[in-house]
Amino acid sequence: MDEELVKIKQLKTSFRVLDDYYAAVDDVTLTIYKNEVLAIVGESGSGKSALAFSIMGLHNRAKIEGEIYYRGENIANASPGRWNKLRGREMGMIFQDSLSALNPLMIIGTQIEETLLLHNPKISARERKIRVIDLLMKVGIPRPEKTYYQYPHELSGGMRQRVIIAIAIANQPQLLIADEPTTALDVTIQAQILDLLRQLKNEMRAAIVLITHDLGIVAEMADRVAVMYAGQIVEIADVYTLIENPLHPYTKMLLKSVPSSSGAKSRLHVIQGVVPALHKLPREGCRFRGRIPWMDASVHESNPMLHEVRPGHYVRCTCYQYFHFPDKYKEESSHGTH
Amino acid sequence: MALIEVEDLKVYFPIRGGIFRTIQEYVRAVDGVSFSIEKGQTYGLVGESGSGKTTIGRTIIGLNKMTSGKITFDSISLGEDRRRSRLNIQKDIQMIFQDPYSSLNPKKRVIDIIAEPLRNFEKLSTQEEKSRVQNLLDIVGLSPEAMYKYPHEFSGGQRQRIGIARAIALNPKLIIADEPVSALDVSVQAQVLNFMQDIQKELNLTYLLISHDLGIIRHMSDYIGIMYKGRYVEQGTADEIFTNPQHIYTKRLLSAIPDIDPRQREVIFEKRLKVRDEFVKLSKNYFDENGLAFPLKPISKTHFAALPERG
Amino acid sequence: MWKLMVRRIIIMIPQIVVLSLLVFMLAKAMPGDALTGLIDPSIDPAAIEAMRERLGLNNPWYVQYWDWITRALQGDLGQSFFFKMPVADLIGQRMVNTFWLSLATLILTYLIAIPLGIVSGRYNDTLADRLITGYTYVGFAAPLFITALLMLYIFGFQFGWFPTGGSVSPGSTPGSAEYVIDKIYHLLLPALSMALITTVSTVQYLRCEIIDTKQKDFIITARAKGASEQRVYHRHILRNSLLPIAALFGYEITGLIGGTIFIENIFNYPGMGQLFLESITRRDYSVMTALVLLYGIAAIVGALISDIILSIVDPRIRIK
Repeated sequence: MDEELVKIKQLKTSFRVLDDYYAAVDDVTLTIYKNEVLAIVGESGSGKSALAFSIMGLHNRAKIEGEIYYRGENIANASPGRWNKLRGREMGMIFQDSLSALNPLMIIGTQIEETLLLHNPKISARERKIRVIDLLMKVGIPRPEKTYYQYPHELSGGMRQRVIIAIAIANQPQLLIADEPTTALDVTIQAQILDLLRQLKNEMRAAIVLITHDLGIVAEMADRVAVMYAGQIVEIADVYTLIENPLHPYTKMLLKSVPSSSGAKSRLHVIQGVVPALHKLPREGCRFRGRIPWMDASVHESNPMLHEVRPGHYVRCTCYQYFHFPDKYKEESSHGTH
Repeated sequence: MALIEVEDLKVYFPIRGGIFRTIQEYVRAVDGVSFSIEKGQTYGLVGESGSGKTTIGRTIIGLNKMTSGKITFDSISLGEDRRRSRLNIQKDIQMIFQDPYSSLNPKKRVIDIIAEPLRNFEKLSTQEEKSRVQNLLDIVGLSPEAMYKYPHEFSGGQRQRIGIARAIALNPKLIIADEPVSALDVSVQAQVLNFMQDIQKELNLTYLLISHDLGIIRHMSDYIGIMYKGRYVEQGTADEIFTNPQHIYTKRLLSAIPDIDPRQREVIFEKRLKVRDEFVKLSKNYFDENGLAFPLKPISKTHFAALPERG
Repeated sequence: MWKLMVRRIIIMIPQIVVLSLLVFMLAKAMPGDALTGLIDPSIDPAAIEAMRERLGLNNPWYVQYWDWITRALQGDLGQSFFFKMPVADLIGQRMVNTFWLSLATLILTYLIAIPLGIVSGRYNDTLADRLITGYTYVGFAAPLFITALLMLYIFGFQFGWFPTGGSVSPGSTPGSAEYVIDKIYHLLLPALSMALITTVSTVQYLRCEIIDTKQKDFIITARAKGASEQRVYHRHILRNSLLPIAALFGYEITGLIGGTIFIENIFNYPGMGQLFLESITRRDYSVMTALVLLYGIAAIVGALISDIILSIVDPRIRIK
């Protein structure tokens, strides 16, 4: 495995709701290696985006506890000046909604140039423009000279996403965080964008943190996968192990709930209940216990830890050892059919 | 006898321009589409954004005007004089919307949301109405207390169930589901899809399922139509489309679906690249000079593809 | 963009025609006509009738309208019976005064609104923001004429810092530097009184725009690029929030019309607004109709200016 790029230790990111702080990311310990694609999977409210924002220092009013080491430097509570040096140069971010992620009143060229300008104030305007055109070409935009002068709303969703990627990679960052980069796109465009990301990763030898809810994309892109539930990582493993031999109940159920395009028309598995809201999370015990009520309470740990099952494969809580799907889940999931 | 038959449907939208906002040209959102759905079946309509799939759904339910063509529902033509036939048909065709957050009026209670179609079409006493709503909530698996709550008190999946309860309130025959789960998380998505299958069996519903997600389409549909720029490129049973695609566009669409097996990824990448190259090389054979699909030609009894004249 | 502007200007023509028709009808509907004020009661009715015939007052209304509008287009707005001079000349002098008053008010409006809006929007929910929004609420609630009277009383009479009437001190020589300074000196208090009130909606609007823009996704993109807070504010938030404010400029003009009528009367400032009220109380119909027509045209042109500014600053409209 390549060298460590980011090492996160017991990270806790809390937001203020009324007068209390609630942790959206709770006790996350994670290492990101160079030249790997680490997928973070979870449903909305799992804390996956909050984790990504914490790594980029993009939370404005959050309380960050724990440590985030970037190449050995603890940046968890770095100064704004330090963050401005890191962001855009060492780490870039790719967003989900390309239309709202670009300034509607600025031409594409200026928006990409801004990243270059911020980290290399010395290069001339002409040089900057040449580099922007190069970047646009690199991300596969067919007429870069024209696109340079266009506004975001004049481009298609796929083209805009390429512009977002151009902004993120402008300064050859070591870490790329892609937050649901293809959710808003059509499948064929999605395939192209994922292809581009793969190509760029191999070229730049950067690490990509891919946040997604789509397990198909995980299977195609990831080297390692971290599954998040209610602010915590419940399972980490390499992609083969995670998909072929998942251990945590949540991972198992998630994999069963995806309609497969390969045909089998079996009933989809339904995970009962919903991800609890931030302020209603159980703070003690296994956070997933409410979603598997048929399991005996004694199978859970009182203070669930990440257990290293095999080298590199971690699972939270002991409940995985006893987990079985409910026998009566057929009736459960078809509730309402009389 | 098909429940709904769409024949050579065309829906054009005018583009206005110039100083006096005169009609300059038309966007051919739907450009000559025909299909029919048998009672109790699910028809999947697939295509990328801008392919016209949503316009078809909106035209059937009357939200868009058709430019030409014929829609026959339950032996009644939804033709030009839609107003007269409309009222009865409106009861029989209902819609489930994509976004459960914006399709429910946030200022109305659940009972008012679900009872709205009932109030429009049936004169019920308050007590009758209440028991009907209660019954509907029971069918979609929500507790009766939900009646007096507001949409924001529910999760996305629950809201989509409220939307479904509203859609089935009048015992419709056809439900048009436009991307019913694309705003939902995977686990919730499974919940809603299972549930749609359950009530289909129970109430003998017919679905027109519009989606860009081929996994969902395959999982749910009996027949599938694939659209590209307002026209059909291929139509057939789910198996025919997925195992024996004929049109280059269908092949490309299918090859773009991510596969859940990580060990296949290199194979898939290669195949995808091959299909993409083929698409670029051969697309002029598969599309006419305007880049549009040819008329459909039969491959088998149920399978049609828009292949060029020479076959 | 040219198409859009040409189209927008063409739309204006029927608007102005309808406006002129309305003004004409209203004038006709009022008791008396252009002659009533001019004549002496002792004149022979037959002579009056002859005069009516000669002035075209017995023609059908559309002929009269046509005469009126063609003359108005040539700059002939009739005679003021009170001042016994052409309406055009009468309004001409006053219009210059009102123009300077309006300009001063506009400048002061933006001088107040932009810093207050920025502070309030950028540091929302702080003490400064609460004070500023508090001021805007007072501004919304306080009627213009009360504020103006209060300002006049305090700064004009009590402190004597400003003149309490007129547009220039009697005896100054037009064209000299003192004359200009004196004019500005006379303008300041009325303009400030009006600006203090009209600015509050702009402050609120700017505040909301900034708070709204702050939460946009492209602001996160800018931060992710490594832009400092300062730069994020200047390059992205302020720019994007000020552009819609610029587009409101034309509508400010409409707002000024109502304002100047009050202000000019309270400060005894010889402008169109004062003339308007005078012409109403004196039944000086030709002056009144001419002023209503001019005010109406100013409002229509104001809306036009807004649309044009918006189409220039917002590329999403410009392209179409």
